[in-house]
Amino acid sequence: MKQKIGRWFIPAVGGLAFIYLLVPIAYIFVFSFNDAGRTNLEWRGFTLSNWQNPCGAPAVCESLVHSLQVGTVATIVATALGTLIAIGLVRYKFRFRKLTDVLIILPLATPEVVLGASLLAQFLNLGWELGYTTIVIAHIVFCMSFVIVTVRARVSSLDPRLEEAAADLYASPRTAFWKVTFPLLLPGIVAAALLSFAMSFDDFIITNFNSGTFQTFPKFIYVAATRGIPAQANVIGSAMFILALLVVVIGQVISYRKKKQLENS
Amino acid sequence: MTLMTRKGIADLRSREEIRAERRKGRTGVYLIAPGMLVLALFFALPVLVLLAMSLYVKPEGAEIGEFVPGFEIGNYATVLAAYWPELLRSFGFALIATVLALLIGFPMAYLVAVRLREKSLLQGILLVLLIAPFFSSFILRTQAWKQILADEGFIAQTLKFLAILPADGHLTATPIAVVAGLTYNFLPFMVLPIYANLGRLDTRLLEASGDLYASPMTSFFKVTLPMSAPGVFAGTLLTFIPAAGDYVNAALLGNNRNTTMIGQVIDSRFFKVIDYPGASALSFVLMVSILILVTIYIRRFGTEELM
Repeated sequence: MKQKIGRWFIPAVGGLAFIYLLVPIAYIFVFSFNDAGRTNLEWRGFTLSNWQNPCGAPAVCESLVHSLQVGTVATIVATALGTLIAIGLVRYKFRFRKLTDVLIILPLATPEVVLGASLLAQFLNLGWELGYTTIVIAHIVFCMSFVIVTVRARVSSLDPRLEEAAADLYASPRTAFWKVTFPLLLPGIVAAALLSFAMSFDDFIITNFNSGTFQTFPKFIYVAATRGIPAQANVIGSAMFILALLVVVIGQVISYRKKKQLENS
Repeated sequence: MTLMTRKGIADLRSREEIRAERRKGRTGVYLIAPGMLVLALFFALPVLVLLAMSLYVKPEGAEIGEFVPGFEIGNYATVLAAYWPELLRSFGFALIATVLALLIGFPMAYLVAVRLREKSLLQGILLVLLIAPFFSSFILRTQAWKQILADEGFIAQTLKFLAILPADGHLTATPIAVVAGLTYNFLPFMVLPIYANLGRLDTRLLEASGDLYASPMTSFFKVTLPMSAPGVFAGTLLTFIPAAGDYVNAALLGNNRNTTMIGQVIDSRFFKVIDYPGASALSFVLMVSILILVTIYIRRFGTEELM
């Protein structure tokens, strides 16, 4: 009897939880087809016009472009610096090990509002004008810790003997790194970069503290929320979602194929 | 003689090794220096600036937003006296949301990681759905919840029809809506680490405990849960910390005095009231209280595998 309960309990609760997780996403998608006018609150009928004209509402696409710019720059810098740190920390010995660990982990244990507030305090003190540059700096900082943790796990799981083997075969350290280590790290680096971009693109709280009048996509939605969000925001949200989903599915298929190839060879 | 030579070679070698080691060490410093500099300048230093700013004083007859460096510890007493309810509420909401996310998230992770282990296609699809929320704007999703739960929405109307909700009742602008929003937004952060741990769970252990007459309940508490402890541990931290500092849910789904969280207060003291010292003091209190809570939690339940 008990076993039977267990058998349906997990799928039932898990299934309901998946519905809970996906309901708002479905809602956003459905309401991107709403013939909404200015406020997208009630269903007023099906239309494709929002999808045909995603930049129709004022400032939607401008804020989207800003978010893409910030996300791209922050991701590249955070991934590069974070990867170097991850490799350095695993492969080399340091004196101030404890200190560097604290510097890496503390940002992860600090709520966004505090990260945002402390950077704001610093920028106010320096007299820097808030805008694109300050947002990019803020995003680099909070993305970097995630990159370090993700890539470090990958570096630690690498077998150092692979590099030694390359050296035994007369590869210079540089060649050994680019031909052996780097390709093995690449999946981890790509995952960290994707994570960084997703977090930067979606960040509101830290951005809100350090952006001044610079508009990003999440900020645009937050401000618009009081008046009603235009349906075009739903279009962009849905389009980004579908795009990201495609990237993941393609990635899954590639890794699945590789696995099959390895099994066959 | 031979001994000497051998010793000489050994010496030579070790010197060479030492040199190699040192060079290695210097390369390591070059590798970590740029990133560490960024963290020092734009994380560590700002936290110290925040601490300093929390002690600033407002001089006599100053304009709004004008403060001078000082050592006014009274700032802390002032903001704590005024905002301790919001601080406590933030931790309370975050705690409830974390427990709920664990209760909902564990079966989800178990379903995908263990039950569907043999069905790799379905497992793959659900795994993608699990990370799907990361691909869509969380503010859009929170706003969607607001509209789904709105007074004129389907759910509120149905609950009112069934007299579960009084005719003049609301779903939004309540603590329940805010906690539900927090649970929703941080659920993937709970599920993914647990999933990663349960993925390595050897189901033969469960069979073994069943063979030894353990009830499924006992097997769960004695085998499954301890085996997934590092994931549960990481998940609860990844949920609790951001939830305690969040104010988007409180602002969009609550937006009334019973739901104000500390993040909203910090935001409004910075930008609306222009009280930099007060806002800095509250931020610092929030940071330190979370660090204390997390440290106690790690001491009590911590595992080595966290990082």
